[in-house]
Amino acid sequence: MKVIIRRPRREVEILGSRRVRDLLRELQINPETVLVVRGQDLLTPDEVVKDDETVEVVSAISGGSDDEM
Amino acid sequence: MKCKTCAAKAVIETRRHNAAFCTGCFCTHVERQVQKTVDTEKMLSKDDRILVAVSGGKDSFTLWEALHRLGYSTTGYHIVLGIGDYSPLAREKVEAYAKGQGLPLIITDLKEEYDFGIPELALHTPRVPCSACGLSKRYVMNRTALEEGFTVLATGHNLDDAASTLLGNLLHWQTEQLGRMRPAMEATHAKLVKTVKPLIRLTERETLAYTMLRGIDYHEDECPNAVGATSLLYKDILNQLEHASPGVKQSFYLGFLKKGRTAFAAHSDGITLKECEVCGQATTTETCAFCRMMEQARRRAASRNP
Repeated sequence: MKVIIRRPRREVEILGSRRVRDLLRELQINPETVLVVRGQDLLTPDEVVKDDETVEVVSAISGGSDDEM
Repeated sequence: MKCKTCAAKAVIETRRHNAAFCTGCFCTHVERQVQKTVDTEKMLSKDDRILVAVSGGKDSFTLWEALHRLGYSTTGYHIVLGIGDYSPLAREKVEAYAKGQGLPLIITDLKEEYDFGIPELALHTPRVPCSACGLSKRYVMNRTALEEGFTVLATGHNLDDAASTLLGNLLHWQTEQLGRMRPAMEATHAKLVKTVKPLIRLTERETLAYTMLRGIDYHEDECPNAVGATSLLYKDILNQLEHASPGVKQSFYLGFLKKGRTAFAAHSDGITLKECEVCGQATTTETCAFCRMMEQARRRAASRNP
């Protein structure tokens, strides 16, 4: 499968099918910080991504301003 | 995975709620979380004229969309910061959303209005870009809200922002800031507008999901100045804790509001506000920090380009 990781953008090829939770573990990405998307669909951790599919890992984390809370 | 509410196929799992949701039920869940925050903290009424700060990112679009859907009277407010390719795209996204929704929008271009964008302020003053940006945004948001007759200013700070700010303030024992940390800040001076943060029960991951599921075309890029920001380190650490112990970010921040903040309240009491001798906005000093920064930028720019 092809995994597109956004921000910073990089592409990873992984052989075989994986559940989303296993995919993130393998890529050492904390699932609390991202959403995994296939086409227009958000994927839950139990979803299987097949070998011939492409998914994107979208980062949810932003920051930088010193705005007061 | 099945939706906890309707048993349809889920699209997102939220471990801290021990739940998963389908698209419709998740969007309803997000809007209910916003309403709960608004009600609990007495943030807004349906009579308020609300100015919503909109950067073009996922958080501010979530805020605007949710408040609008909940029936509040909202006007968007976008500040053009003048940051490379980042700012024009942000403006484009905000204008497109406002037009698509038929919602009113006010725009202030820092460089047009005040002669300097964020890159110039960082160049001509000792402030780093994020510091110049934060100060500029707080100043022009409050000033615009006052001048345009809005009763409340709403910003899209989320649970991750709040928890990471709390961690930073605790690590450095910023007692005055700890005393001031509250999601609804009443106007304590005639030149201040009430400010509210209705997203503090939502994580960044949840605002991202809401924005995507509502089909909103948001500005995905991170501000180039944010790279390496300390707040990102704190967020990363808190998310490692969250992964090991779901719900810990929420209990950390909401627990502080409930049990911890009052211990620091005395440190932020007794601050006397007056009007800035230059611009008339509220400040603790003779000249407000924004006017001092602008004066410094003007002097240094003039000396560099005589």
